[in-house]
Amino acid sequence: MADSVLVIHENDNVAVALRDLEAGEEALFRGKILATALERVPAGHKIAICEIERGGEIIKYGEPVGISTAVIPRGAWVHTHNLESGRWKRT
Amino acid sequence: MEKDVSISGYRRKDGRVGIRNHLLVIPTVACVNGVVNRVGRAVPEAVCAPHGHGCGRGGERDLVILFRALSGMIRHPNVGAAVVIGLGCEVSNTKTLLPMLGDIGKPLAVLNVQEEGGSLKTADKAIGAAREFLEELAAARREPADWNDLLVSVECGGSDAMSGITANVAVGAVADLLVDRGATVMFGENTEMIGAAHVLARRAVNDEVARKITEMTDRAETLTRTVMGDMAGLVISPGNMDGGMSTIAEKSLGCIVKGGTRPVMDVVDYGEAPKVRGLVLQDGPGYDADSMAGFAAAGSQLMLFTTGRGTPAGFPAVPVIKVASNSALYRAMEDDMDINAGNMVEGVPLEVLRDDMAAYMTEIINGKRTRAEENGMDVFTFMTVNPPF
Repeated sequence: MADSVLVIHENDNVAVALRDLEAGEEALFRGKILATALERVPAGHKIAICEIERGGEIIKYGEPVGISTAVIPRGAWVHTHNLESGRWKRT
Repeated sequence: MEKDVSISGYRRKDGRVGIRNHLLVIPTVACVNGVVNRVGRAVPEAVCAPHGHGCGRGGERDLVILFRALSGMIRHPNVGAAVVIGLGCEVSNTKTLLPMLGDIGKPLAVLNVQEEGGSLKTADKAIGAAREFLEELAAARREPADWNDLLVSVECGGSDAMSGITANVAVGAVADLLVDRGATVMFGENTEMIGAAHVLARRAVNDEVARKITEMTDRAETLTRTVMGDMAGLVISPGNMDGGMSTIAEKSLGCIVKGGTRPVMDVVDYGEAPKVRGLVLQDGPGYDADSMAGFAAAGSQLMLFTTGRGTPAGFPAVPVIKVASNSALYRAMEDDMDINAGNMVEGVPLEVLRDDMAAYMTEIINGKRTRAEENGMDVFTFMTVNPPF
């Protein structure tokens, strides 16, 4: 089976969907199931590969790209509805 | 991994190494582009670099850029000989330009249309000089070169949602390989660093470089807000969001990832040659055509260029390797694309793609032609600050 997601950096807590994932589909990367999609995750979008606490950093490219605004369960779609830009909070 | 990573080139009198040995025909000003094009039709082996600049601007910043861009092309290590076509009354006239060039250590012919009796007579003389220079260039032989002779630039243009996931990640892996081999890697596009400056600053080799990075991105952000006003938000557009990018930091990270992960050794001005090896940032614009001219003026011998929507643009005298971010583009514009990074989606591991790209890059350095070179897709235009007068 071809990978359905890509983990860009080893420290990332989200993977990128390489094709549209429907609820119940597996996020497969290099033969490993990283999560099962809890909802639809469009191609190019992020799926949580571990639980992320409220206020936790979303890590992609090995760097924080945002802060979660809710508990994000493993397998959830991660986008503007559950993360905010941490930009103005950083010094 | 590549079996053979030895590279060759043409060692120039100034110590730099060219990976091509081109005859360049370049105008000082747009008014004489027709003469350059006429020479190009008669001598197809020549690399012609017509452009829209050379006059009508007077601010200090624009003059610095203008002379840096023109002299950078003429002195470029991939150029073995040059024919410069001037007009006579332009801002960047040859009497001002030539002293700035100094001894360029290669055959140079300079002809001004107002002195030679018009465009046709100038073209005839230029064609004669061009043919003579080509004979001289044909005698040159490649010599062994080192990776630390190379300044490789990385660029993205016509990006899509996959650019930051496939092509830029793969090019970033090659950038790390290049730095580890001793080469200098440069990337620019200051508007696409907004929101990710802290990441780059953290990777700066010292506090001074970190300060330069922050100042550059702050300037880029202020300028974007001043010029674009309410449209500044389009730096991250609804289309970006639909593609899965949630924040400006995420978008910018997808852009800067093509520079790899090594320490940032310095920030140089647009068109300015780096004085250090390793990863260097250029304070230049996001517009890909302008950005490439800044890299070339700095002496970059090779460029890696990722694209998602698909642009055929190459650059005069400098090979540009086109990396497609998705397989649909690679198939649709196969004649223009060198590498398909979209195959990561089909299960090709990053390491395999990186090594394939590195092997292809070595072939290009050693003389194989890129798609843009084969197709003659050269574009030469450069950054300006103020409107023309």
